[in-house]
Amino acid sequence: MSSILDDALHTFIAESRELLDQMEEALLRVEQAPDDPDIVAAIFRAAHTIKGSAGLFGIDNVVAFTHVAESVLDRVRNHELRIDADLVALFLAACDHIGILIEHVAEHTEPDADTLAADAALVARLRAFLGESAAPKATAPVERAGSVELEPPAGDGADTDNWHLSLRFGADVLKNGMDPLAFIRYLTTFGKIVRIVTLVDKVPPLAAIDPEVNFLGFEISYNSTADKSTIEGAFEFVRDDANIRILPPHSRISEYLRLIERLPDEDLRVGEILLRCGTLTQVELDDALIGQAAEVEQTGAAARPIGEMLLKQKRVQPQVVEAALDKQKQIKEHKAAEGSLIRVNAEKLDEHINLIGELIIASAGASLIAQRANIPDLFEAAARLSRLVEEVRDSALTLRMVQIGATFNKFQRVVRDVSAELKKDIRLEISGADTELDKTVVEKIGDPLTHLVRNSMDHGIEAAELRLARGKPAHGTIRLNAYHDSGSIVIEVSDDGGGLNKERILAKAVERELVKPDQPLSDSEIYNLIFEAGFSTAEKVNNLSGRGVGMDVVRRNITALRGTVEIDSNEGVGTTMRVRLPLTLAIIDGFLVGVGASSFVIPLDMVVECVELSEAETAAAQGRDHLNLRGEVLPFIRLKHLFDIPEPSAVIEDGEADDDEMAAFAGSSLSGIGANGGVLTAEGAAALAADPELAFILHPVKRENVVVVQYAGHRAGLVVEQLLGEFQTVIRPLGLVFNGLQGISGFTILGNGHVALILDVPGLVRRVATDDRRRLTSHAPAVAEIA
Amino acid sequence: MAEQTALLHVALRGELTIATAANVRGDLLEALTTADEIEVDLAHVTEMDSAGIQIMVAAKREATARSKILRFVAHSPAVLDTLDLTDLAAYLGDPVLLQSRS
Repeated sequence: MSSILDDALHTFIAESRELLDQMEEALLRVEQAPDDPDIVAAIFRAAHTIKGSAGLFGIDNVVAFTHVAESVLDRVRNHELRIDADLVALFLAACDHIGILIEHVAEHTEPDADTLAADAALVARLRAFLGESAAPKATAPVERAGSVELEPPAGDGADTDNWHLSLRFGADVLKNGMDPLAFIRYLTTFGKIVRIVTLVDKVPPLAAIDPEVNFLGFEISYNSTADKSTIEGAFEFVRDDANIRILPPHSRISEYLRLIERLPDEDLRVGEILLRCGTLTQVELDDALIGQAAEVEQTGAAARPIGEMLLKQKRVQPQVVEAALDKQKQIKEHKAAEGSLIRVNAEKLDEHINLIGELIIASAGASLIAQRANIPDLFEAAARLSRLVEEVRDSALTLRMVQIGATFNKFQRVVRDVSAELKKDIRLEISGADTELDKTVVEKIGDPLTHLVRNSMDHGIEAAELRLARGKPAHGTIRLNAYHDSGSIVIEVSDDGGGLNKERILAKAVERELVKPDQPLSDSEIYNLIFEAGFSTAEKVNNLSGRGVGMDVVRRNITALRGTVEIDSNEGVGTTMRVRLPLTLAIIDGFLVGVGASSFVIPLDMVVECVELSEAETAAAQGRDHLNLRGEVLPFIRLKHLFDIPEPSAVIEDGEADDDEMAAFAGSSLSGIGANGGVLTAEGAAALAADPELAFILHPVKRENVVVVQYAGHRAGLVVEQLLGEFQTVIRPLGLVFNGLQGISGFTILGNGHVALILDVPGLVRRVATDDRRRLTSHAPAVAEIA
Repeated sequence: MAEQTALLHVALRGELTIATAANVRGDLLEALTTADEIEVDLAHVTEMDSAGIQIMVAAKREATARSKILRFVAHSPAVLDTLDLTDLAAYLGDPVLLQSRS
């Protein structure tokens, strides 16, 4: 029973949070456009709705506080007050405070002493804007905590304060184990039944009755402080099995008329019942029946506190009526929006994605079997299946995709607060807000981004005098930008500040013994030193940044998301911090390659091209791991050496087959290699295994292929033996044991049940770049022991 | 109107709900065929639901149709509570003891 109320409360909390977000956003905008009535109205509406809804739930402190805030807003709206930076700051604080109160409601806790003190302080500050006349008003409507009172709007709808419920239970409710009386009893838990008329007309005489069929209906005049959705919620379980109509108090006469019309066989009876229930007066009914109902605004969710039934006359605060009206309107608007959007539990979505991951593996297995069975029809069916699975995967992943805009917008507030604290005039510019990325990534990127933004504001942007001296505008600018780039999303935090001071960073790094004094470092390596733990060049520590805690956490968080962060800086001009993250954490398109008996997956987005590594080129490289790619130097890594893969007795290279075919062959040839030295098909395997010489004759030259990969602007070649084609991959994370493993970012399961390792291309590219710079010619000794 | 003014006393025990409605219906129908005036004792009814109410209403209807008299007497608290909730005491027309509300 109480779960229905709980549900309603959850909705209230979720809605309030959304409203507070909207309020905050509007407050930030209103600063730029203080005379825009729409924005002021939006702020007012948000406060209003929160108050109204809180009232319905009897959350006194929220009602009391919001009311004061709202009174001030009302003055702004009426042009009695002008909104300025101070007022905006005050309201932002008020907005935060309401948020805290709401969180207390969510956690079922009472506000602590600090919160109460903050409450009192804010109320005092807000009252200062109210002036004399408004002060008493501030407390009036909240005396009766939580109750919203309505006065029948003169001459409007029906003159009753009660809801009218018209219930016709279906014939089968009893058989379905539901007792209509139970619902009516439940109604009495949050309201009072003023009058009830039980409709027994349809009950047949005993001889004819089927005792398990329901014949009852009820017309109820009901007094409750609950809102319509709560009352509707009471009938949730019989919604399909019953005809439930709920008319709010003071509904238009025409609404009642429609109620009467909808039950044609009971025409007069319902009219009579409405009379008996006291819902309508005789005059109203007469008016209704001759169709003279005045077309008036339907009034909202009314309620009177239980126990005050006998007090017919109500003194009502007009704003309370407004709140109730707003609430009603909001419910309507909500209904409209719900038509096109549904809220889905994120866990359900995750489960869905997981299942699709399994589906992909299963589908790959099916394709493989189809290939082996060599039945064209089956192969075709499997191909169609995998295409569909691919589409399902894509659409499932887009379900999780959210625009980064909402995250970016939160920084308006951060920038505003921090710039006030630092006494710097800093503006935030946002671009690429519609760039989409995985929800999990969005959730986790917030904190690192906040750190980066704060860092830029604190260390990046110079003081105004210095900026002017450098010929820059007095106000600093922070830019947030996002875009997609080869399978990643790139988020840039840039500032037009002083840029990073290479010498100072280097000096500090040497002092901290992070680098040796004579160590040659590239610019980007120097910049990256600021991500080392405990590194800060700020002379003075403040509560924003400078303690050296943070940047290393930023990098750790981003690395945990399989992302990277890099810095571009121009001394005196500004700094750009570029965070590169994978678009999704779960499934990727991979390119399957084989080395010896092992297979590896390279994220397809990072593959640029595949070229043959001929012996001539190997010779030309003269032992260095570089090759001449159309006139450009391309460093490469031999995976065989990197992972220390043993040479199989004979390796058949099938790189020339077309991609689809290769993908299909991937499993079989790999298993073939594992079992007997490498072959294309089962028959061929037997033949070739029996005769290694034949294999050599068929493939006299052992060829290697280079997969050219690109990441963050750097290219590198990965030398492999087989190109096995495109392969959808569900990324499985490596266990903790393999945490320190370099060059591998995860694993996946192939259609034939074998394991393939997913190459950590960013790591490999980075390694090549380093090796390249250091002119290292030996083969990656550091990770040679991995395999 | 009753020729053989035999008064039959029927006592219902336990639940008067969907679970027992069919049986109660049978019993009451039988009573209505054997006697002209029936008194149904509800003192030991422990629980009642919509199906129970329907049986009461239907029994009244049946009695009226057969020009017989059927009275419910000694309403138990469970019955009174249900009649109170549905406001049917007046409709059924039997004298009931007014329940004092705590």
